[in-house]
Amino acid sequence: MTVDLSVDLCGVRLRTPVLAASGCFGFGAEMAGWVDLAALGGIVTKSVSLEPRRGRPTPRMAETPSGMLNAIGLQNPGVEAFCAGDLRLLADAGTVVVASLVGRSPEEFGRLAARLAGEPAVALVEVNLSCPNVEHRGEVFATDPAAAAGVVRAVKRATATPVLAKLTADVTDLVAVARAVVDAGADGLTLINTLLGMAVDTTTRRPRLAAVTGGLSGPAIRPVAVRCVWQVAQALPGVPIVGTGGIVSADDAAEFLLVGATAVAVGTGSFINPRAVVEVADGLERHLAAAGVGSPAELPALFKAER
Amino acid sequence: MTAVREFCEVLERRRAGAYHALTLVAPRIAEQARPGQFVHLLAGQDRSFPLRRPFSIHRVERLGGSGGPPGWSPGGSGVALGTVEVVFDVVGAGTLALSRLRAHDVVDALGPLGRPFTPPETPTGCVLVGGGYGTAPLYFLATELRRRRCRVDFVIGAASAGRLLDAMEAKRLGHSLTLTTDDGSAGRRGLVTDPLGDLLARTRAGRVYACGPMPMLAAVSRVAAAAGLPCQVAVEEQMACGTGICFSCVIPVGAGDGAPEATRMARSCLEGPVFDGAAVAWAELGYPAFEEAAR
Repeated sequence: MTVDLSVDLCGVRLRTPVLAASGCFGFGAEMAGWVDLAALGGIVTKSVSLEPRRGRPTPRMAETPSGMLNAIGLQNPGVEAFCAGDLRLLADAGTVVVASLVGRSPEEFGRLAARLAGEPAVALVEVNLSCPNVEHRGEVFATDPAAAAGVVRAVKRATATPVLAKLTADVTDLVAVARAVVDAGADGLTLINTLLGMAVDTTTRRPRLAAVTGGLSGPAIRPVAVRCVWQVAQALPGVPIVGTGGIVSADDAAEFLLVGATAVAVGTGSFINPRAVVEVADGLERHLAAAGVGSPAELPALFKAER
Repeated sequence: MTAVREFCEVLERRRAGAYHALTLVAPRIAEQARPGQFVHLLAGQDRSFPLRRPFSIHRVERLGGSGGPPGWSPGGSGVALGTVEVVFDVVGAGTLALSRLRAHDVVDALGPLGRPFTPPETPTGCVLVGGGYGTAPLYFLATELRRRRCRVDFVIGAASAGRLLDAMEAKRLGHSLTLTTDDGSAGRRGLVTDPLGDLLARTRAGRVYACGPMPMLAAVSRVAAAAGLPCQVAVEEQMACGTGICFSCVIPVGAGDGAPEATRMARSCLEGPVFDGAAVAWAELGYPAFEEAAR
């Protein structure tokens, strides 16, 4: 059985359906010594803002059962430094670049998108509407359908590059938010971001993170992420979804593809295994070959919703 | 230099005073490792998805050779398998798992990671200051400095006698060894910085190297600056990836772009763990302002 791993994501051909998730692969250059960047499905960069951001104080990370909390706080060098530095390297490496954008207002998102619209190396834009590590919950646009749609509209006006909206599962009605951003023009969705969490050191009686709360990632959140992809795929058939949340193996990736994801992104898994993105794709190829399935795009049709 | 992932057989896990020493067969890491660099270890195939734990490299024996100066065999095994040794204290679940390893178990290691200590270009007097198990990389460094014909003087401190790491080894490697303990159970009672100023003057040292807890590194950097000496410190920060992608292990350093007030967050896995002690923004970390102390 010959397997063709390539998939179409919002009109962009990906060599494999396995991307490196935002915030878990740096800006790409860091990993050039560990993997062939061009062999990946693509790299979703760490989120880039208009101005440089310093991020949160330390400790920024705490290990938790089957996962970890982080409160990095969107540290990044700003869009100009990104375009002059890491983006050049990624372009030269020949990898599919998904630029993740973060801003404090629809207007900031729009300016970022306009700036990157002039960068041919950027194949897709991911709008980070859901990072929990921000100063004000009002910046988590994805907790409100209207606010999320407003950002997506501003980005769509500024760029012709396909736009993914990254949403959070920390809402009562995820489908309502997903529908709002798709109606506003989002070409696809990335589901899910980290879940807002907290851990306490009972010896010092203090929060384990300097920022008090942080984003929970890793296999601990995978069932939540799979559920979200399934719910949204049911409600909005035909909308491409990048599934992410606790993927560390090909089997984990297959779960997301079965319930309707077009592609997946490996996040925290890269912290343990710097080659995780490649190895998940390789494993997926073996999984599909063994199952007699020629393409990852065939998996959703094979899903049996009845237990 | 390229870091690698190596699945390493445990050659030995032994007690080293209050600590554990773990020797791994890691020929590809050993081949490239330099003093100050670290390995990022994961033990077992736990389904609970533990993170790796970083440890600075204590000793190296290269495949087919000895990590020490000619005629000096660090482990005394006489078998040059290509090994890397680390030292750790059991402080949580990760180090507890490592402390239960036995010979022939397998450890998943990334390394060598990080920026190493920079040795002097010419033979120079070096004072090496270690605190607790933070002393670990200084033996590897001392071996390298001796090979370069540098005078090496050690100051080692810990909470108590049992927590001084391998003082005999420091005695063998160094021209002198000064011990301090918080409780006076070995050496002189007090902190490593108490005898440091005198030692720097007496040995006419040209370089200071330090590894240990952050308050100690801040204090050593101050003493070195007051003596007008360059000082390299190896920091220990909480770390997830060790490869520069998670941005957890940052410390504030001077921006170095002509704006003395500006600092930026540097990843200690990539730009460190060895930093110029004068570049670290100690005040931001809650330690007395470097500039004030240097005055």
